[in-house]
Formats: sequence, structure tokens, C-alpha cells
Amino acid sequence: MSQKVLLNSKEVNIILHRLACQLIENHNDFTDTVLIGLQPRGKFLAERLAKMLTDDYKIKNVKLGQLDITFFRDDFRRSNKPLEANTTDIEFIVEDKNVVFIDDVLYTGRSIRAALTAIQSFGRPKHIELLTLIDRRFSRHLPIQPNYRGRQVDAINEERVKVNWKENEGEDSVYLINN
Amino acid sequence: MSELSVNHLLGIKYLTSADIDLIFETADQFKEVINRPIKKVPSLRDITIANLFFENSTRTKLSFELAEKRLSADVINFSASQSSVKKGETLIDTVNNILSMKVDMVVMRHPNPGAGVFLSKHINASIINAGDGAHEHPTQALLDTYSIREALGSVKGKNVVIVGDILHSRVALSNIYALQLQGANVMVCGPKTLLPKYIKDLGVKVETNLRKALNWCDVANMLRVQNERMDISYFPSTREYAQQFGVTKDLLDDLDKEITIMHPGPINRGVEITSDVADSKQSIILNQVENGVAVRMAVIYLLASKIKH
Repeated sequence: MSQKVLLNSKEVNIILHRLACQLIENHNDFTDTVLIGLQPRGKFLAERLAKMLTDDYKIKNVKLGQLDITFFRDDFRRSNKPLEANTTDIEFIVEDKNVVFIDDVLYTGRSIRAALTAIQSFGRPKHIELLTLIDRRFSRHLPIQPNYRGRQVDAINEERVKVNWKENEGEDSVYLINN
Repeated sequence: MSELSVNHLLGIKYLTSADIDLIFETADQFKEVINRPIKKVPSLRDITIANLFFENSTRTKLSFELAEKRLSADVINFSASQSSVKKGETLIDTVNNILSMKVDMVVMRHPNPGAGVFLSKHINASIINAGDGAHEHPTQALLDTYSIREALGSVKGKNVVIVGDILHSRVALSNIYALQLQGANVMVCGPKTLLPKYIKDLGVKVETNLRKALNWCDVANMLRVQNERMDISYFPSTREYAQQFGVTKDLLDDLDKEITIMHPGPINRGVEITSDVADSKQSIILNQVENGVAVRMAVIYLLASKIKH
């Protein structure tokens, strides 16, 4: 197994600030905007961005939720790995809101497809956008593209992109892993 | 571990404590789902489930059906009273005929103990036992212990007394297994005639004095006297039973602590518990019903995930 550093902690930090600024550009004071982290890995990015918006950019009332898409996936009974459910925590109605889905890596687009269905259980959003830290180009199975992307990566199918977070793995970094 | 160790849910005695943990963690997520404005997920849209009820049931049948529909499964219902079973068809024939219609999972209630185990050896579908005679009722025990975990934080180390007709109760046996597997201390309490002779072999305490039992416990699970299963008289009169083994508000207030009251339903108000106890804040009877749907969704979901495409 070989691995290559795609982004180090400094680069991750710069990208996060840029993404936060791009969000502010489009959503002003976030009155009608809600951030939804996609479980399991999008949660960390969403929490980090929400904290950054609140602490560094003084945005008040950033609404943050976590959405688990396990029960909405299209590979139930098809993958060898059992699907494990995570917590969904959305304490507001998304009816008529601008929803921003936040995930760490965009690969086939199937998780986002599932998230688009899952979010309907919480109302009819006015508008849904997608923010990802890593966009794996040329690997989409569905016509889904991010509105905000941290870094585009060309990786072949056998390769894996792993995003690490300080709160979880002890460092902010992105690796390209070749099995 | 994130997969059940079994392919059928025939009884709690076939489960491990890791299985129960997994079921409860999954049920937590489904409980959140059923409290959403839209209470349905599409996971099981290509699964067909047959509910075969060879014995009457309201609550369990409704709860299973709701759980199946909330998971988007296709559901067919069958009750013995309106079927060819009356014409002399065997259980295997009945079920095989239903399975020929491409059914993936069977939820079965049957008056004979071991009916689910028997069927699992002969047919190729996932089976959930929804009660087999006086043997087991695993989903009831799961939802009971899930409700205890929810009300008291955990099941481990808690003192739980099961009161009433232990002899005819599948709920009692499944609860004893489930509680012990999760580390609770279990006591049974009832008239001697309604306590099975070898019940102590299961490692439970036995008590015939209700007041002593209630003073010992954190949770009292009150069972119904199953008159329909009694061919002889086990106690002199219902009134006498209610006096000796019925929980009243006065009795509860007289204890030096506040205990939690459970009941698997249907309640005979005024017999095993009085109305004011059933409706008091100590009672978690309606929480049990709500949790029943979430726990059954978890069981169905986890078993269905083992049916390969």
C-alpha cells in the first residue's frame, strides 16, 4: 500500500477559509440557509465550516444538521459490507430553505442521490447546493456536480481518497491511497 | 460487528448480546425516522414480507405491518381464521404456497411452540417469530428491554420483576432471556400455580408476595392472565387474583422508591393493574408500543440485509 499527501493541514485550512467565503458570498447572513453534513464523514467538515463561519466570520445563527443516508442508499443487499446506520440530527424544518449538503469526498455521486431523497423527509427545500472538500473528477455514475469544491483530484478506481480531521484522526490532511 | 449472527429471529435464546446491541443501535435511528414529518424510508422496496398469523393478534400484527410499510416493503397478510388451514392444509404447504409467490421474509405467529424453528428447517426465507405458543415472543422482549434502556439508561444491573401468568407466557420466557443477556437481575412473581415448576433453573428469583417483589425491583413488567390458554382453574377467582397480584396506586405509593411499570398489552384494567397505575407517569406502556415499531423496523432491516440480491 502506498500513500501520497494531497493536502497538508495548512492547505486544508486555506481551502476551508475559501469555501467559507464562497458560502458567505452566496448566502449573505445565512437567514434562509441551513448546512447539512452527510454522515458519516461529511459531519466533520460541516462542523468545521459552521465553527469557522461563526467564530472567524461572525455569522450569527448558522444552522447545522447531520443527515444519515443509510436507509436511502441504492446498494442495500448489493454490497458485501453491511450498511451501518448513523445518527440523523436535524432540528429544524428545511421547507423553503436553501440547503447546502456538505461531504468530504464526491466520488460516484450515489450518496448525494440518496441524500436528495432523504432530505425530502424534512420538507421541500427551496434550493439545494453541494459542497465537497475533494471532487474526484471523471468518476461520476450520476449527473451530479458540486457547487463548491475544495480541490479536484484525478484518481483511478483502485485508489482511495482519505480525508483526516484533527478532531478524529489527530491531523487535518488528505491522502491518496493506492492499495 | 455490524451484522446479526442469525438469519432468522426465532427466539432470544439464539441471539448474542452483540446482536441485541446492534438491534438497539439500529432501532435508535429508526425511532428518529418515525418521528420525522415523513416517516418512511425506501430501504426494503424490493422485499416482500408475508405476515402469517395463525393466532389472533391486534397490536403485534399492526406493529409489524407498520414497521414493514415504513421500510417500504411489500406486505401480504394472512390470518388462519380465513384460510385453507381450516380445510386441512399443513403448515409447510401453506407457507410454500405463499413463498411461491416470491416472498422474501415471513413473520409468523403460531399457537404451537417451535413452529418457527420447524419452518426454518424446511423453507428458504427469513423467518421472524411473532409468538409461538407459550414459547418465545422475541420482538416483544426486545422492545421491552429497549424501553427499559430508554427509561433507565441501561438494562445492566437493573432489578426487573415479571408478575403474573408466567406459565402460559411467551413474553415472560423471552424477557427472561433478553434481560439476562443484557445483565439484568430477573425475578418472577405470581401465584404458585402459574409459575412453571423448573423456572428456577433459568437462574431467576421466585417470589409469591407482590409487595416484596415490588420493593426489590426497579421495573415491574405486568403480564395478563391468559384465560384463553387455561383449561383448568389456576386461582379461585379474578377478584382474588387482583387482590393478591394486582398493582394499585396505593401499593405503588406505599413503596419507598418509584418503580417503572410496564405491560405488553392487552391490559385487563382492574385485574393485573388498575387504571390509575396504567395511566400514571410511572407507566411506560405507551412508550413500549411506540418503541415496538422502531425495534421491529430494526429487526426486519437487519435480517433483510442478509438476504442477498
